[in-house]
Amino acid sequence: MSAELSRRGLLGVGGALVLGFTLPLRAQEAGQSATPPAKAPPLPGSLKTTPELDAWLRIDAQGAVTLFTGKVELGQGVRTAVMQIAAEELEVPMERIQLVSGDTGRTPNEGYTAGSQSMQESGTAIRHAAAQVRELLIGRAAGQLGLDAGSLRAEQGAVIAADGRRLSFGELVTGLDLHVKAQPESRLKAPDQFRVMGQPVPRVDIPAKVTGGAAYVQDMRPEGMVHARVVRPPAPGARLALLDSSAAEALPGVLGVVRDGSFLAVVAEREWQAIKAMRALAAGARWEGGPGLPEQRDLFATMRALPTESYSILDKNAPVPGTAKELRATYTRQYQAHGSIGPSCALAQFQDGVMTVWTHSQGVYPLRGALSEMLRMPAEQVRCIHVEGSGCYGHNGADDVAADAVLVARAMPGRPIRLQWMREQEQGWEPLSPAMITEAGGKLDAQGRIINWDYGVWSNTHNTRPGPAGNLLAAQHLAEPFTPATPRPAPQPAGAGDRNAIPLYTFPNAQVMHHFIPQMPLRVSALRGLGAFMNVFSIESFMDELADAAGADPVEFRLRHLEDERGRAVIQLAAEKFGWGKGRPAPGIGHGFGFARYKNYAAYCAVAAEVTVERETGRVRPLRVVAAVDAGQVINPDGLRNQVEGAIIQSTSWTLYESVGFTPNGLTSVDWSTYPMMRFNAVPRQMEVHMIDRPGMPFLGAGETGQGPAAAAIGNAVARAAGQRLRDLPMTREKIKAAIGV
Amino acid sequence: MVNLKVNGQQHSLDIDPETPLLYALRDELGLNAAKYGCGLGQCGSCTVVVDGEAVFSCVSPVLLLEGREITTLEGLGTADAPGALQRAFIEEQAAQCGYCIPGMMMRAQALLRANPNPTDDEIRSSLQTNLCRCGTHMRILKAVRRAAGLMQRADASPTPATGAVR
Repeated sequence: MSAELSRRGLLGVGGALVLGFTLPLRAQEAGQSATPPAKAPPLPGSLKTTPELDAWLRIDAQGAVTLFTGKVELGQGVRTAVMQIAAEELEVPMERIQLVSGDTGRTPNEGYTAGSQSMQESGTAIRHAAAQVRELLIGRAAGQLGLDAGSLRAEQGAVIAADGRRLSFGELVTGLDLHVKAQPESRLKAPDQFRVMGQPVPRVDIPAKVTGGAAYVQDMRPEGMVHARVVRPPAPGARLALLDSSAAEALPGVLGVVRDGSFLAVVAEREWQAIKAMRALAAGARWEGGPGLPEQRDLFATMRALPTESYSILDKNAPVPGTAKELRATYTRQYQAHGSIGPSCALAQFQDGVMTVWTHSQGVYPLRGALSEMLRMPAEQVRCIHVEGSGCYGHNGADDVAADAVLVARAMPGRPIRLQWMREQEQGWEPLSPAMITEAGGKLDAQGRIINWDYGVWSNTHNTRPGPAGNLLAAQHLAEPFTPATPRPAPQPAGAGDRNAIPLYTFPNAQVMHHFIPQMPLRVSALRGLGAFMNVFSIESFMDELADAAGADPVEFRLRHLEDERGRAVIQLAAEKFGWGKGRPAPGIGHGFGFARYKNYAAYCAVAAEVTVERETGRVRPLRVVAAVDAGQVINPDGLRNQVEGAIIQSTSWTLYESVGFTPNGLTSVDWSTYPMMRFNAVPRQMEVHMIDRPGMPFLGAGETGQGPAAAAIGNAVARAAGQRLRDLPMTREKIKAAIGV
Repeated sequence: MVNLKVNGQQHSLDIDPETPLLYALRDELGLNAAKYGCGLGQCGSCTVVVDGEAVFSCVSPVLLLEGREITTLEGLGTADAPGALQRAFIEEQAAQCGYCIPGMMMRAQALLRANPNPTDDEIRSSLQTNLCRCGTHMRILKAVRRAAGLMQRADASPTPATGAVR
């Protein structure tokens, strides 16, 4: 059992870490590679790619349930949510469910845990699988009891007859073959019958996290574990020319230095010894070369000068005469970082020809593919097991540190290698969120309606995940390096740089262009929301600018252009709970509003914010934030609220403070003093998140829905408090002071 | 040998005296709560309490800590018998990824020992040194306020509190 395995590994109980067991790959692999039969109706969620019921849940003779998901816990509460879904549809108490997640040896391949898709994909698959297993158990009980299945009900892990006879799931499951394909239709419970779904069930992972339990990959401490650290080049592209490792190797506890081309690492018995050896090794390394980065002050001019591939993603033409006013605006955003509080970490062990890596990657299967390519090993001999790390918010250093760890483990067979990045490595080498430029143009008629909308977004890719080995940092540094994949734009409607570039509002004429920039001056990838953060910020800022030009209230102006009823409902709810339009804010205080439906097909979110701007310092203080969310059927209302609260604070921090610093010689933001983020003194005084529950409606991903609307609400509130519109993110104190002429 | 008193227990450790306390706690004593975040005293995820004061264990060499009372989050209770602060964080569900939370809790512990009934501004000002990237701040503030209430009730009760906080 993986849970037992990791517990033994974590506590170091019972001697050596159990690694040499036979991987139960066969059934899983068969399941994953199976494709649904042609012409069959589509299976729900991830059952499409993994249709066998026993790939998702199994029941033992004692009635204990093991649930499998390919999605992983990132601090977003997914473990609790999928357990709630299974408990609901299977009719078992949650305590009887054990969850296995993100393990290439055991769980379905569900790609990445990203894009707010866990509930639609894994949650939907588990819901249907659990409902179908429940019906199979009821059918079996009907046969054994000689009763009609319709007269039986499942409850608390048993099937119960009207006359009171009871057969436990443990009794029923013996001989029942769950290695069968799921059916397209399931007998799902009606929302009015829900006992667990829709309830604020406490998160299963929190008790360990607040009592010092082993909760993270950083906390693993298997018998015989040693510590490794990497030495990175001083700048991207620099190559290791000369190395004198003698000083490092002479230090106490040092077990060895691993070098392959420009990949450099050191291993020591103890962690502090490894850190000291890393410093000594860095002092003995001479690097050369490395292409210059742009000057930061020229960033947006540099981006505009790069070649682009331009795509029209919306072209709607119904000419309307009578333009009364015309507006144009350009918005920009600097590179931003994931900035996980815990630097990336992995534990790897190479034993008996099998490489096992414990990783906080968002995608264990894609990582396995990349690692096996880099190591030139068959995928079957590489196993990736997810263990939680610090919050990731997208493609951070998790995959790269796993690559570092396996390279060290390969050089030291048998020893479990724990490798954690230092703060400056996390900050200096994680793939960043790309800098972006947007341009918006709009025409208003005499009645104050938008009759033409014209928008363009310039961006790099937002996805350089592995996949291919060349997307791993270490693989690019090897003596025989792997080349990063050629970036491609992602198709609409999800998009990437152009995510949410198409407004949900209805305009008679609308043109939206995606200007994709293939060349990447800095290494970039996915950060929570991808382009949606900047596009929603831009669209919603421009809506406010147009509302002002039309002399309209910003909320009324949005409703004037929005037909989507669920969108209108969240806007109206946020405005009502905020008390929008009731009284004029005092001088120096501003109210702002922002709205979007994430990806135009996931959760709806509207945010109203009140901020104050100190004229003398340019400092922004958010006072009050009120959000309204429609995420379809809510599985765990407290979990959803926690996600949206977090989105609002994180997005506010991006909006007000965060900018990666660089010079032609490399990155200059390498810690929390050079990359400031929000601290407690700037956190809003009050926050409310209101939900519109939609029982029985499909789950709508909500993990990223708040990022754009929160940024827009803060930006619009700052514009009103400062009396000046800021269009360049982040809205730092210096920029605000310059804008208001202090 | 370096002698450290952690959560009431004496330990003799054969380690480099300049080793930061963080690594002694995690690697020598197997305590998970204090976390490596920056190694620079900028984020607070390594915070522990030494003689009643919150300190950054990542920049505190063990040789300076001999003879001092070191308390980590493990010293406040367990998952089965959580202390008041731990109960408050569970009841408020005050974590997302949770990596920063032990440091937040130890800083709050030092605050509440010195000031059992802090104002909202005092809590914010105390936690200013600690970073949370998930944006769990509103819940952390609520949890610290709840913990203050739980601790006061425990102090006021005629029988000793069962939790390890004290």
